[in-house]
Amino acid sequence: MDDAAQGRVTTPMGKPTSNPYPEMYERDHNVQPAAFTPIYKTTVLRSPRNALLTMDHSLSETTGPVFNHNELGLLDNDLILNYAKDGEAIGPRTIVHGYVLEENGRGLPNTLVEFWQANAGGRYRHKHDTYLAPIDPNFGGCGRTLTDENGYYYFRTIKPGAYPWRNYTNSWRPAHIHFSLFGEAFAQRLITQMYFEGDPLVAICPIVKTIPDQGAIDRLVAKLDMNASVPMDTLAYRFDMVLRGRRSTLFENRLEGN
Amino acid sequence: MSQTIGYLKETASQTAGPYVHIGLAPHQAGFDIFQNNFGNVLVGAKTKGEHIIVEGRVIDGSGNFVRDVLLECWQANSAGRYNHPGDRQNKPLDDDFRGWGRACSDFATGVYTFQTVKPGCVAGRNGRTMAPHISLWLVARGINIGLNTRLYFSDEEAANAADPVLNSVELPSRRKTLIAQRSQRDGKVVYTFDIVLQGENETVFIDI
Ligand SMILES: [Fe+3]
Repeated sequence: MDDAAQGRVTTPMGKPTSNPYPEMYERDHNVQPAAFTPIYKTTVLRSPRNALLTMDHSLSETTGPVFNHNELGLLDNDLILNYAKDGEAIGPRTIVHGYVLEENGRGLPNTLVEFWQANAGGRYRHKHDTYLAPIDPNFGGCGRTLTDENGYYYFRTIKPGAYPWRNYTNSWRPAHIHFSLFGEAFAQRLITQMYFEGDPLVAICPIVKTIPDQGAIDRLVAKLDMNASVPMDTLAYRFDMVLRGRRSTLFENRLEGN
Repeated sequence: MSQTIGYLKETASQTAGPYVHIGLAPHQAGFDIFQNNFGNVLVGAKTKGEHIIVEGRVIDGSGNFVRDVLLECWQANSAGRYNHPGDRQNKPLDDDFRGWGRACSDFATGVYTFQTVKPGCVAGRNGRTMAPHISLWLVARGINIGLNTRLYFSDEEAANAADPVLNSVELPSRRKTLIAQRSQRDGKVVYTFDIVLQGENETVFIDI
């Protein structure tokens, strides 16, 4: 993602403040999907009709759960091995790596990143997935990791397959990996999907098309990264993600509420 | 040439999809993979405060239960303090309470459950205290971006009446969609909190 790599800004230091966790920037509704997007039919009955309530952030929104390395297992970030029974998962061996940043360009350390996906044939290990492609006995399809002190994360998997779904009669999901991100505050909580560079299904996917901004769509497409690939072993893709930034408190002209 | 302010843009949200359980609650998806699973029990035997059960259903625009929803809660401890370095209120932390949990609705009944404690009051902005509340966030197939709301408690009438967020709901009749009803069952305190995504009695969702 080019603008993540090039467009970093440094937040100027504010004067000391008693609250190191001020509010987050307002969410940009020009890049986020609306709730009601009939092109993705399931949204029709699952989208609120009333406007969302606008509120100022309090501690309830500017704080969030803290996770610890010892809560994760050693293989949690290796989907080739973390469900292996009698062999390794089948499919194109793939590394996914990148940074979790906030809107000021700062890497977010110690952030829980969770991911899940279909197997190489496009089938999920889920009791509700009845697609005719076979289950891979050695592939579970989920993993998780914590970002390091710079906000960097990586994991190993197999490239998922595309799969059909009931939206229109011939709707297919592009190959994708689902991501769940925490950040430092409950207001940063985000779930998204990563796509793969060069996939012609991305441009015609109804779920992708819920996003109103082409730049925002492009930023969900991971780029092939030959420098991070392992020769004779594994291809790599680079995928950076951005969570909401925190206001710097240059001037604090209201009395602290607490 | 003018300068460019190099702020990044927040990554676009996408639906969690029908198989969110694979990644975030694999046990419910039907298989075991992680040694340590995140779940809906926030409390241990030593957690301080009144132990409660929060349960309810998520209901769609046609009145049907949403059976594939995933919810997360975030709350202060019984003293009203968040387990986070950003909370500097002069109140005790509880080592046995993180304050976060994750629950799935039951595939058959649509019921979700949290086992937690009733939180204390938390300082709000500009010196206004907030009534005890739990922040909730929910995702599912057909939800493009996670929905946020707050759960308040039916037995906190005075605190609720002074709460800045409840008071900012323009129509007083809609405030009741944020109030969980207290009852007793088998000697346990249960708060019932149904969430209506759309239509009559639609829950107030918050643009946090
Ligand atoms: Fe999917």
